[in-house]
Amino acid sequence: MQTAASSRRGFVNILMGGGFTAMAAWMLYPVVRFLIPPKSGEPTIASVTVPWKPAELKSNSGRIFKFGSQPGILVKTPAGELRAFAATCTHLNCTVQYREEKQDIWCACHNGIYDLNGKNVSGPPPRPLETYKVNVKAEQVIVSKGA
Amino acid sequence: MGGVPRSVAELLRFANAWVEERIDLSGARELIRHKVVPVHRHTIWYYFGGMTLFLFIIQVMTGILLLLYYRPSAEEAFESVQFIVTEVEFGWLIRSIHSWSANLLVATMMIHLFSVYFTQAYRKPRELTWVSGMCLFGIFLFFGFSGYLLPWNELAYFATKVGTDVAGQVPLVGHLIARILRGGEDVTGATLSRFYGFHVAILPLLTTAILGLHLFLVQKQGMSVPPEIERSGRPIRTMPFVPHFLLRDLVGWLSALAVLGALAAYFPWELGVKADPFAPAPAGIRPEWYFMYMFQTLKYIPAKIGPIDGELVGVLGFGVGGLFLLLVPFLDRKTARGEKSPLFFWIGVGIVTYILVLSLLGYVAPGGK
Repeated sequence: MQTAASSRRGFVNILMGGGFTAMAAWMLYPVVRFLIPPKSGEPTIASVTVPWKPAELKSNSGRIFKFGSQPGILVKTPAGELRAFAATCTHLNCTVQYREEKQDIWCACHNGIYDLNGKNVSGPPPRPLETYKVNVKAEQVIVSKGA
Repeated sequence: MGGVPRSVAELLRFANAWVEERIDLSGARELIRHKVVPVHRHTIWYYFGGMTLFLFIIQVMTGILLLLYYRPSAEEAFESVQFIVTEVEFGWLIRSIHSWSANLLVATMMIHLFSVYFTQAYRKPRELTWVSGMCLFGIFLFFGFSGYLLPWNELAYFATKVGTDVAGQVPLVGHLIARILRGGEDVTGATLSRFYGFHVAILPLLTTAILGLHLFLVQKQGMSVPPEIERSGRPIRTMPFVPHFLLRDLVGWLSALAVLGALAAYFPWELGVKADPFAPAPAGIRPEWYFMYMFQTLKYIPAKIGPIDGELVGVLGFGVGGLFLLLVPFLDRKTARGEKSPLFFWIGVGIVTYILVLSLLGYVAPGGK
């Protein structure tokens, strides 16, 4: 009798416990999914035309441009060659800048330094900057992925 | 009774009797009458928890005031804070107090944490008080981190980029954590909305619950007496909480308020320039002082340590350090048994020295432009 009652109680406990657990999971799942942001609907950009003419750019200088939603950096080397890279530091995501006096690309956040080929030469960055292809056509500078 | 009360004293007596007739308050009265605080040469450290609580109350009040004008969007956040500090009467003061008080709060909280550590007040039976305190420590650091972004200025923008990227280094789930924190792949207006939600709703809710538990446990168990004083075998003097300790507490709070007022008035918190996602990180960029030692560590760690990315090593190192502090009541078996525990003392000294030295280096070491 005792065992029958306790097993009945045990059964009800399992049923209720399981029910509540299932209900909690059922309510929690949409919340968790809600917290994870949806993938951005922005198309991935393959190339952009920067808003400056080649003649406007001095040798030994660099400027940040918009590559879709990301910053890119267009560098004109002291020799007058145009090069472009992703401006996002490979260390922790800060935006790099060109240093005229040292002729390098520098990240102010943790003192990371890249040479003018985008190669990480000093400081914490683990990888080179992503290199973009630069084409000059009819007084326009076109920067595209896949160099 | 009956009739109209003729003096304030009579009115108070009447109100008291009215409440007493309906709710039995004898338990609370007894508690107040019997609550005592031990008096010994480390009693001074008991005041820092209360001071942190006081600064938290200031944060809640000034935070609510700032809410009335602040607008959480990338387009308007900076301008709304600018409006608060330039147009709204005493807006500069409220905002400045909120920022300074946040910093003082982290400072008093750290003093509280390490004074509890070094007096080994975390030992049995106060493990849960320590763990809840460590949770509050984490929550308040996150309060600081999320609040730092809200004015949407350049420094905050890059600090948030770096901070969320650090979270993104955690193996396996890092990318997901970074995405959830940012509300997307990058730090954008979506991040601002999220941080606003954390700062004004989620974190206050968590704080209320955990702070409630923390204070309940402190109340329930009373103040811990350092083991060295317990071991001395001498009877321990005490003072009544009300009014002796409370009045001393009050002196501390008023001092904190005076410091806060002076700092806020003489060194109003700067707003800086509006964040521009297409501007390079400015030279001299640095986080708030309480993240400085981590920031400086990340500067010194080389790109690769063997096959592993250096930053991952740094992030794991901080994780292990935090976990150690969280679990110290369960790791320090000697103190739990009432024995001396020099190892944990020296580990504590090591942690404090590391934080102090690296923070100092963050301010004086070269490595800028």
